[in-house]
Amino acid sequence: MRSGAKCTIDALKDAGVKTLFGLPGGTVLDLFDELARAPLEFFLVRHEQGATHMADGYARATGKPGCCIVTSGPGATNAVTGLATANMDGIPVVCIAGQVPSHMIGNDAFQEADTVGITRAITKHNYLVKNVDDLPRIIAEAFEIATTGRPGPVLVDIPKDVQRQMTSATFSGKPERRGYKPVYEGNSKQIAKLAAAINASRKPVILAGAGVIAAGASAELTTLARKAKIPVTTTLLGLGGFPDTDPLALRMPGMHGSVAANQAISNCDLLISVGARFDDRVTGKVSEFAPKAIIAHIDIDPSAIAKSVRVDIPVVGHAKSILKELLPQIAAQTRKDWLTQVHGWQKDAPFTYDAKEPRILAQYAIEQIYEVTKGDAIITTDVGQHQMWAAHFFKYTQPRSFISSGGLGTMGFGLPAAIGAKAGCRDRNVIAISGDGSIQMNFQELVVAVEHDLPIVVVIMNNGYLGMVRQWQEMFYKKEYSAVRLDQNLRARNEKLRDKPPGYLPDFVKMAEAHGAAGLRVTEKREVAPALRKALAMKRPVVIECITKPDDNVYPMVPPGASLSEMVQSLA
Amino acid sequence: MSNNTSVRRHTITALVDNEPGVLSRVVGLISGRGYNIESLNVGPTQDPTISRMTMQVPGDDRVLEQVTKQLNKQVDVISVTDLTREPFLNRECILVKISATRKSRSEIIELADVFGGKIVSVQNESMVIQMVGEQQHVADFMELVKPFKILDVSRSGVIAMRKE
Repeated sequence: MRSGAKCTIDALKDAGVKTLFGLPGGTVLDLFDELARAPLEFFLVRHEQGATHMADGYARATGKPGCCIVTSGPGATNAVTGLATANMDGIPVVCIAGQVPSHMIGNDAFQEADTVGITRAITKHNYLVKNVDDLPRIIAEAFEIATTGRPGPVLVDIPKDVQRQMTSATFSGKPERRGYKPVYEGNSKQIAKLAAAINASRKPVILAGAGVIAAGASAELTTLARKAKIPVTTTLLGLGGFPDTDPLALRMPGMHGSVAANQAISNCDLLISVGARFDDRVTGKVSEFAPKAIIAHIDIDPSAIAKSVRVDIPVVGHAKSILKELLPQIAAQTRKDWLTQVHGWQKDAPFTYDAKEPRILAQYAIEQIYEVTKGDAIITTDVGQHQMWAAHFFKYTQPRSFISSGGLGTMGFGLPAAIGAKAGCRDRNVIAISGDGSIQMNFQELVVAVEHDLPIVVVIMNNGYLGMVRQWQEMFYKKEYSAVRLDQNLRARNEKLRDKPPGYLPDFVKMAEAHGAAGLRVTEKREVAPALRKALAMKRPVVIECITKPDDNVYPMVPPGASLSEMVQSLA
Repeated sequence: MSNNTSVRRHTITALVDNEPGVLSRVVGLISGRGYNIESLNVGPTQDPTISRMTMQVPGDDRVLEQVTKQLNKQVDVISVTDLTREPFLNRECILVKISATRKSRSEIIELADVFGGKIVSVQNESMVIQMVGEQQHVADFMELVKPFKILDVSRSGVIAMRKE
């Protein structure tokens, strides 16, 4: 006989969990009592959102499911943003939550929240465990569901009394659910149809998304592209799925995509999407997306197909197995005319910035990160301008080397995700690129990196603004800068503080030091690379604050609602 | 993707695990997209671990196609069919309480007879009629008894089944 708590911890071990992120509380005391004796490395976070992002970062970096544990009520509601982040991006995370004792559920008990109700729409699946005998099966199912099909977060809510009840139940083998049968093998007829379309196409383009990375299909995708000479554009979450350094790489498509990628999509006669879900930030105006193209869509999620764009050749299944079956049916080609046209776009309009600008530009700093690391690093980001620049000015050549909240766009993701990534990949350089807005949303988690001796480097691009919002206000709201100034000196009258503000508020260097990390402030361009080298050599968590030009914009940009062919290169 | 974007009433039937939480998951998915469920019926099937849900949702074809795909994606949803695309049977059961005086009673009974309804309760000032039939049939009856003053209505929601 084992207690429910013991069952749970044993089931985590059986699922291969070696790293667990979380924070205790009243309803998970029994689980934490068992945890104290479990062969797991436990990371004590300082806010439950940090736990979910760390589990998420761990999963994105390693390909293995991330796991976290939180208490009931506020513990679970704090975890909500992290679960929603993982859900949007299809990341395998299992979250164990405590719940008030069964007989108190619905009584407005202390630290009670309807966790399964709240998380229903932002998880792939969730459970409220009512019977201790079900626990071993449910935990096994949770990992199976989280990691198969389109991966996603699964939450298991376990009332305190269930954790304390005894059971002799065990579970082994593969969990089966009659309502859950993800399709892995692609339909051979559809694959043959796709092969014929590729062989007949004169101007094909591959749109590679996160599905390529999730399926481990980078090698097959690269072989296909090189054999059939198909240019590849990689979505934000697909970065690293095809090497940015390859001549066929068009880089990122969409709102802040490259001219080459958006022109290729607008002019191609065949668009082959592999594991990309045609997010609105990728497509621009849907009715004018790839107007001349036959659209083929490989996706493991049937509901992703034809969700936002018309699809002519759908292939439901796992990207790797489908590409493997497709490859022998593809003829080698040269496609001279098409590639000449594509290379023209690549050459004429690469991602660029004003190299003569005397102040530090985030673009420059990110390019320095690429130079100093020689591209060998896991980059995590927060959300905003720095995120787009991190996609533009670092070249990703390996899958799982770019980690970012794409779908939900969660500020505060980057630092805890970097900690999770480093926890799973100790031999890799892990660098979190952030902004002065985003970093303040989960700064407290830096302590966890210090405690566990995880030498991550956090680079804050401090421009004194919520930069992306400022950019939209500049471009689309007649420069009415409302509530976007973080630098006190830039504030409008109705946002001003009474007293003269200090120079740095907050002082990120002092914050880093207060959290036990090293802090470096960089105000000159020539200091950037030396600071990065120094930080990487310190072998401890370091925060570098780059004071950057306050009002720079991300270009190119497709204005909201416009088609991809209507890119703006700069403010006229 | 269908090009037909006309708004019409869709009858969707789903087989789901007979477990708590499934109903709210399914309903939440539909209401979360701003669609109103006009009628909803849930009950166990011949297999007590499986329930059938039948819903009527007005909406355009493209969005409803996406909704059925999303429903299918749920772990505890076993299968989903939009019956609107094929021949199907629909039935609804209603109880309707009508104001009835001694004078109007016989006229109402006559109407109920014509429609195959059953008088299930007669009181001094009212009577309750049970009516089972196709949704349209029930609607027609309701229209005809309206002048007698309807005091209360309780409807089962439409249940449906594919003809084949």
